[in-house]
Amino acid sequence: MIETKQYTAGEELVNLFTANREMYNEGCPVFMNGAREAALEKFYKAGIPSKSNEDYKYTDLRPVFQNDFEVVPRYVEQSVDLHEIFKCDVPQLNSHIILLINGWYYGRNRRVGEFPEGVICSSLQHAANEHPEIVEKHYNKYAAASADPMVNLNTAMAKDGLFFYVPDNVTIEAPVQVINIMYSKENTLALQRNLFVLGKNSEARIVFCDHTLNENYYILNNLSECHIEPDSRFGFFSVQNQHNGAVNITSFFANVEKNALLDTNTVTLNGGVVRNNIKVQLVGEHAHANVNGLTLADEKQHVDNFISIDHAVPNCTSSQLFKNILDDHSKGVFSGQIHVFRDAQKTEAFQQNNNVLLSETAEMFTKPRLIIDADDVRCSHGATVGRIDEDALFYLRARGIGEKEARLMIMFAFADQVLSQIAVPVLRERLEDLVERRLRGELGPCQHCTLNNKK
Amino acid sequence: MLTIKNLHATIDGKEILKGINLEVKPGEIHAIMGPNGSGKSTLANVLAGHESFEVSEGEVTFLGENLLEQAAEDRARNGIFLSFQYPIEIPGVSMVNFMKTAVNEHRKHNGLEPLKASQFLRLMEEKKKIVEISSQLTNRSVNEGFSGGEKKRNEIFQMAMLEPKLAILDETDSGLDIDALRIVANGVNTLKTPENATIVVTHYQRLLEYIVPDYVHVLYNGRIVKSAGKELAYELEAKGYDWIKEEAAE
Ligand SMILES: Nc1ncnc2c1ncn2[C@@H]1O[C@H](COP(=O)(O)OP(=O)(O)OP(=O)(O)O)[C@@H](O)[C@H]1O
Ligand SMILES: [Mg+2]
Repeated sequence: MIETKQYTAGEELVNLFTANREMYNEGCPVFMNGAREAALEKFYKAGIPSKSNEDYKYTDLRPVFQNDFEVVPRYVEQSVDLHEIFKCDVPQLNSHIILLINGWYYGRNRRVGEFPEGVICSSLQHAANEHPEIVEKHYNKYAAASADPMVNLNTAMAKDGLFFYVPDNVTIEAPVQVINIMYSKENTLALQRNLFVLGKNSEARIVFCDHTLNENYYILNNLSECHIEPDSRFGFFSVQNQHNGAVNITSFFANVEKNALLDTNTVTLNGGVVRNNIKVQLVGEHAHANVNGLTLADEKQHVDNFISIDHAVPNCTSSQLFKNILDDHSKGVFSGQIHVFRDAQKTEAFQQNNNVLLSETAEMFTKPRLIIDADDVRCSHGATVGRIDEDALFYLRARGIGEKEARLMIMFAFADQVLSQIAVPVLRERLEDLVERRLRGELGPCQHCTLNNKK
Repeated sequence: MLTIKNLHATIDGKEILKGINLEVKPGEIHAIMGPNGSGKSTLANVLAGHESFEVSEGEVTFLGENLLEQAAEDRARNGIFLSFQYPIEIPGVSMVNFMKTAVNEHRKHNGLEPLKASQFLRLMEEKKKIVEISSQLTNRSVNEGFSGGEKKRNEIFQMAMLEPKLAILDETDSGLDIDALRIVANGVNTLKTPENATIVVTHYQRLLEYIVPDYVHVLYNGRIVKSAGKELAYELEAKGYDWIKEEAAE
């Protein structure tokens, strides 16, 4: 570990990197390190995003990078067994469980169940060295074009994360649960980089669970690239439950080929400042993407979902459904783009954003971005911002249901329209349970509810 | 059972109820008729505890207690049931979950254990028969996409589930076809006991052929301007309201 001193804004991160370039390159193959330089240059020019960046209009990240934190460019052996101290709240998925700590693939991951032959589930850095023929083909192929400073910062400085490869014609039934833990003695900026590659006619689902295990100040910059080959089905579910002082910047790039299906759902239960960048490119005909999300925020939580779906070829379909329930002084942002390229005829793209404000002080900013360069398309979008339906509330109360319970029923019904889209019953039920507990105020960020499982 | 004295209610500062007096005893059926906009639904909503209306004067006692102090849910648990003129659609809340929660809240209030899932489903099957409501409806979200008539039938189904002491049926007959009207009216009659009472708000004498009232009241301009036996309904059907309005103006 190096002493990073109190590096603050973008320039200092750049200085940190250039002063320690060797350490950042150490252990990574040339194709990873080569990508760092161009990304660093772009990051340097743009700096930490502020509101003058149109894509970050409602989410100024400068203040959150103002705090002191460490960046750790080497894997640190943990003195405790994370499997022992951490029990995630989304368990019983009957799934493979993979732990990552501060962005690094945990060295003592136990193998839970066997994967079918040919599947690779490992540290990205490890895979980049061991399986360069697969990793190099896809690494930074989808993120490289991004102008987002947070994406470029990740490419410049991230060294590890999860690599997941499913060969052609292989189906993995149980969801793979990936627990991203933030746990350190120091305030920490973690950079995690993941790559998922699904071969032809394969099927798998990954569930990310983001947690903070202690009160320290954390910024997680977590980027996943995902390549889905023809006729495959991939699900990516992100369950975010970090403490109110934590910053979670999650980027997800998906390249969806012919006849393939992508299902994503981002459920934000807790967090200080959360930004989800989701970019889906439908590049083969008859590809389909469901991009959904649910945010439950209160206190001063800030959650920004920034979505962009490219219909690059004809005959693809996409659907976005994002909902927010905002209480207290929380803020929600939804910005969803549908881009239909020239000649991407017969595109069907839908977008819906519905929001409920529970307090006078909660705020929601919603903005559709439609760029349609083909003429034979069906696109629609709609947004609502409202309060709990008082007539519905009275109806339930008039049947003897107490006000609190009646409110909960209405809120849960609203939220469940997102969760009910999840096609994996075991996952949907777990999430419904978590969301209900969150709405009841019985679910805190993880350091309050899971560490007490410590044996 | 229910005593209303000089009840005044306003909404947004506008007075809608201007001094209602009414006494309902166990076993009785009262019909309330009156022109559109006279305040019938307002009265029903005020009794059920709708908070948009402000009671500016008067008192209401139900089973010896001050009704106006109670929250809507407490009134329901104490035995008041409002069949809504316009039942509300609640997408995403299933009929089963809704009714189960409501029934168990009532049971809790009465010091009873909550019903087990199987017991509840049995109860539901039994009560569905009373109004001949199909499982296709009870398997859906509350009133979502129900036709006008189906919504009304669903109201009486809920009444059957909750067995209220005082049922206020606000135009439950409107929107029902002839067969449905008979079924719903039979349902109400089946649920009738010497201990409970019913207030039927309606525009049409026809319903009162099935649900025979002990008293008919005419509500006009926020007041009950005429009360009589069931023959008054026939008179209104034949003559309309003009003569009542003239009488009231005198
Ligand atoms: N929420 C409200 N805001 C303003 N005015 C209202 C509101 N609710 C009712 N009113 C007014 O109160 C008056 C009485 O309405 P109410 O619904 O009680 O009439 P009603 O007798 O039930 O009529 P109908 O036979 O048409 O059902 C009407 O003039 C109506 O416009
Ligand atoms: Mg009415």
